[in-house]
Amino acid sequence: MDAQSVKTLVAIFLAAILTENYVLNKFLGICPFLGVSKKLDTAFGMSCAVTVVMVIATAVTWPLYTYLLVPNGLEYLQTIVFILVIAALVQLLETVLRKYMPPLYSALGIYLPLITTNCAVLGVTMLVLEKGAADPSFGFVQSLVNAFGSGVGFLVAMLLFAGVRERLEDCDIPETFRGLPITLVAASLVAVSFLGFNGLVDRLM
Amino acid sequence: MEFITPIVLVGVIGLLAGVILAVASIVMAVPKDEKAEALEEILPGANCGACGYSGCPGYAAAMSKGEAQPGLCSPGGPAVAKKCAEILGGGDVEMEIKCALVRCMGSYDNTADKMEYDGLEGCNAAVLLAGGSSSCLSGCMGLGDCVRACEYGAVEVCNGVAKIDPALCKACGKCVSACPKGLITLAPVKKQAVVRCHNCDKGKAVMDVCKVGCISCTKCVKTCPEGAIAMENGCAAVDPKKCTGCGQCVESCPRHVITLLDV
Repeated sequence: MDAQSVKTLVAIFLAAILTENYVLNKFLGICPFLGVSKKLDTAFGMSCAVTVVMVIATAVTWPLYTYLLVPNGLEYLQTIVFILVIAALVQLLETVLRKYMPPLYSALGIYLPLITTNCAVLGVTMLVLEKGAADPSFGFVQSLVNAFGSGVGFLVAMLLFAGVRERLEDCDIPETFRGLPITLVAASLVAVSFLGFNGLVDRLM
Repeated sequence: MEFITPIVLVGVIGLLAGVILAVASIVMAVPKDEKAEALEEILPGANCGACGYSGCPGYAAAMSKGEAQPGLCSPGGPAVAKKCAEILGGGDVEMEIKCALVRCMGSYDNTADKMEYDGLEGCNAAVLLAGGSSSCLSGCMGLGDCVRACEYGAVEVCNGVAKIDPALCKACGKCVSACPKGLITLAPVKKQAVVRCHNCDKGKAVMDVCKVGCISCTKCVKTCPEGAIAMENGCAAVDPKKCTGCGQCVESCPRHVITLLDV
């Protein structure tokens, strides 16, 4: 692997975290972002589970799409096939974890069913195919790096926001804003701050 | 006929996923602990943690492994303890019924606040500011962290002091850990004398802030025919095991801070 392709992979990784953050730029996976970000430790556990599932899902759906759907001209089936595959995959992962890694299961297990129908996971696997269509050099390895970066980006967004929410707990918030409204306002501010990364990765490429 | 391929493809993928999942669930089945499941059925399911384990499933698992004794579940009481013992086959279990007890009588009639507290709601926040709003440093502030901690609605704040309803109290101990002053304890439910004060200061300091606080005069210690009362850190404390509930200490106390617990 030459220096140029390593550089490209790093750029893909950083882009997935900062400029193309699935939560804060694409607004996918908002449900766990608002639901599980009340505490730092649960936010961390959930994000780790999402990262693992994103990488494994991409590792399965990418070959499935490229070698099964495209040759048969069935690209339009990707949504239903991907949902099917991801749901089965998460269930399988849960079974494997429960059997062979009980500590990890007790840490991540409760989040896995939540991820089964997570749109961020589906988004990662599907949007990466658009990139591959636009740029033929964007292959399997690049897709995996992108998936891992997206997971880390989810983790960053969750941890940042969990920190913000823990601070919000102690604030004297006007009554009408308490609860979900102030959470959404805070989420939008965090999202706006991520706009500042725009153009950063283009320079790296 | 071009619709055959997609139908077959999705069908095959779905079938394949189903078969893999079915095989995986058989091959990687985790043996279930039937005893633990039966025990969990019996436990109240409140997950209060009074037993010292992480919720009812944790306690059930510990019991089935023999790591824990039945009878630690205070919300369940003797009935649950007996059923658990039956499943474990260990014979009868003696279980002491307990109830939360607030060791303070510092109502607004007996003591006054030293300041008007207007900060974050709750005792644990208020206590950070010069030891809390009540003029007695050990006294109940009546800001109700115990009320919020109680899942059974057994605690209320009356006239500035927390009050437990023994009929509703399950002795889960949540209020005990919620109180920043350590005022609440779990006391056995029986006819016994209890000291309703937790102030460890010297007599003069107590007299200055409260009409009823224990001034460690040790009259009760001398009066008790059973030797059940001792001074602990400058405050009288009754040993429930020795106390017969005769009530002599109640009469002797010049501060009227000892009361009889009636059952």
